Amino acid sequence: MVYVFAIMAFALIAIILVAIYKPLGDYMFNVFTTDKDLFFEKWIYKVVGVDSKKGQTWKAYLRGVLGFSLMSVLVLYLLQRVQQWLPFSLGFPNVQGPLAFNTAASFVTNTNWQSYSPDVTLGYTVQFAGLAVQNFVSAAVGIAVAVALVRGFAWRRSETIGNFWVDLTRCTMRILLPISIVMGIILIALGVAQNFAGFVDVNTVAGGTQKIMQGPVASQEVIKELGTNGGGFFNANSSHPYENPNMWTNLIEILLMLAIPVALTRTFGRMVGDIRQGYALLGAMVIIFGISFFAVVTAESFASDPITSLTGGSMEGKETRFGIVWSGLFGTTSTSTSTGAVNSMHDSYTALGGMIYMLNMMLGEVSPGGVGAGLYGILVMAVVAVFIAGLMVGRTPEYLGKKIGPREMKMASLYFLVMPITVVVGVSLSFAVPFARQSIFDTSLNNSGNHGFSEVVYAFTSAANNNGSAFAGLTADTPWLDTTLGLAVLIGRFLPIALVIALAGSLAKQDKVPVTAGTMKTDNGLFVVLLVFVIFLISALTFFPTLALGPLAEGLVA
Amino acid sequence: MKNTISLNLRAYWAGLKAVIVFTVIVIVYTFVMTGIGQLGMPDKANGSMITNAQGEVVGSSLIGQSFTDANGDALPQYFQSRPSAASDPNKDEDSQGYYAAASAGTNKGHADADFVKSTTELRKTIAKREGVSVKDVPSDAVTASSSGLDPEISPEYAAIQVKRVAKERGLSEEQVENLVRKYTTGRGLGFIGESTVNVVRLNLALDELK
Repeated sequence: MVYVFAIMAFALIAIILVAIYKPLGDYMFNVFTTDKDLFFEKWIYKVVGVDSKKGQTWKAYLRGVLGFSLMSVLVLYLLQRVQQWLPFSLGFPNVQGPLAFNTAASFVTNTNWQSYSPDVTLGYTVQFAGLAVQNFVSAAVGIAVAVALVRGFAWRRSETIGNFWVDLTRCTMRILLPISIVMGIILIALGVAQNFAGFVDVNTVAGGTQKIMQGPVASQEVIKELGTNGGGFFNANSSHPYENPNMWTNLIEILLMLAIPVALTRTFGRMVGDIRQGYALLGAMVIIFGISFFAVVTAESFASDPITSLTGGSMEGKETRFGIVWSGLFGTTSTSTSTGAVNSMHDSYTALGGMIYMLNMMLGEVSPGGVGAGLYGILVMAVVAVFIAGLMVGRTPEYLGKKIGPREMKMASLYFLVMPITVVVGVSLSFAVPFARQSIFDTSLNNSGNHGFSEVVYAFTSAANNNGSAFAGLTADTPWLDTTLGLAVLIGRFLPIALVIALAGSLAKQDKVPVTAGTMKTDNGLFVVLLVFVIFLISALTFFPTLALGPLAEGLVA
Repeated sequence: MKNTISLNLRAYWAGLKAVIVFTVIVIVYTFVMTGIGQLGMPDKANGSMITNAQGEVVGSSLIGQSFTDANGDALPQYFQSRPSAASDPNKDEDSQGYYAAASAGTNKGHADADFVKSTTELRKTIAKREGVSVKDVPSDAVTASSSGLDPEISPEYAAIQVKRVAKERGLSEEQVENLVRKYTTGRGLGFIGESTVNVVRLNLALDELK
């Protein structure tokens, strides 16, 4: 019976996404290819000091990304450090240094890992003038980088790959902001709070007292999902009734997370002049997403571990209104995109259910991945797939008419090595370095044994992939984890971005090779299967030992 | 070399200005959204607060409450909410929960021995309280929600509480069942979400019955 509901849920999401795929994908295509600037954009370019008509080399583009992101980290850090003097601080003190660094790094990198508990740490101003700003622009940075890579494939003999400031501005002003306003209003109408009331004390029905935290939630909630950010206004994130009060807001939030990453494959197809290429990438994304969703539903419904058997269902850490199917769909969406929002506590999933969420991230978040990050992630995987296929048949590999030479392969290989290395090194050091080990065991872990190990693995996997969800029992606000996870999000974001932009530069310089009878087709079912295979192969080989020590051991013993 | 440094500095300067511009835009956005919410749909925007017959605010229909006495024991005349991990960090009584200024789940793993033990106990306690066998205690009755503020329970958990509440209040079981039905929300379009009973509104309605 649970599968009937799961299939219907999956079908509903699919139907709605099919309906918005073309209009949204085409709209984004127009945004990134038109040469007209809107009047308020001209004003922004004037203030920032950019010539919007001038293309940038890959180096200039990268300088823009890094300069903007570094300044974002600084501003967000300072904002938290002076919180107590800001309006709407709700009486909270300044945020401590390591935590402020971790939070700033985390929101600028589109991770939104939350070492802090918002309900007892952050005032409104830091949330809406700091975190929400990064929710918009970090998403725009990701999309900009993806668009730059697509230009690398689409353009020929070009020294430039577009203009970062223009991509950033247009994405924020023409895509993210308008959708946020419309969908935000709908969320308010469905019950998501939007006020500045602070803490409200009430006498409850039974005559007790209750302190209820209020706030401008909806304006932040909508961009948190749309920009695949994931940082909750409240500690309990999208399971908090003021963030996600009912089944309809839950449905909308799932769709918001998926809309842009999915539709970007259409934008990609349009830009390279062959929409079937976009369908192929989307096909691979859908296959991985589908497997993952049904695996989670199966694990949560039919596990036989002590708690599930005892209580007759895996409802620990789940809200009544969402149940297993709609918690599973939200969790799969959140970990398959780089959102990291949660409407249920992943720490309290069955061992294998929680592992699926880890696996979604370990696959590099390409199903469909974060806004922009998912597209450039799967394009790199496509390059690798083409290369492997080329080796098998003994041909020079090419993708979308561009030769995949040694330089391109170097970028692609380095790209997919960054994340696993960051995760494995981070986890190892946490258990190997004596003072780190002590801090992990004394302060951080909420669970013991294999599940405790899983908490740390999940944390570094989430950080290095810029996801931001957690096995939230882990207390991450310690000097060790604040610092190392902060570094992991920065490495996991900007090294791959630098490689992608360099790859875009070297692809854009090339002319296109003509299609011949020997050219491998990359828009058919065979390629989709190959792509899925490569994505699984790379991550399964890397992470199998780690998973064996954590969730696999826990799940198979129980 | 010198050229690279100056190019970098220029990117930082542009970056700083861009951060400030977007900060201003998002602040304006936040206040516009708040304005629309406050003017257009104030009830929803202000957190769906509910009042009793005297017009006093008694909470929010979206935020769960506990229906226990000072010791944390169930008040028998009320339907009981799920266990909650949302507690005031400045107090350390075990009896609290539904503290709506610090939402939280337990984050317990399924193999934790102490957790299994306490859950087993809780199950027995609830079975005894409702006069049913332990196997009739539904999953949501003994598990904490994700937010710690879940205002709802499953229709199954409501069903086993009807007898006790009816007896305590001197009502017929049918009267109570009718009220439960009134505050039950079915699945959207028959398959979206889960069927739930809103405990806060149900208990408020019971109090207003007399």
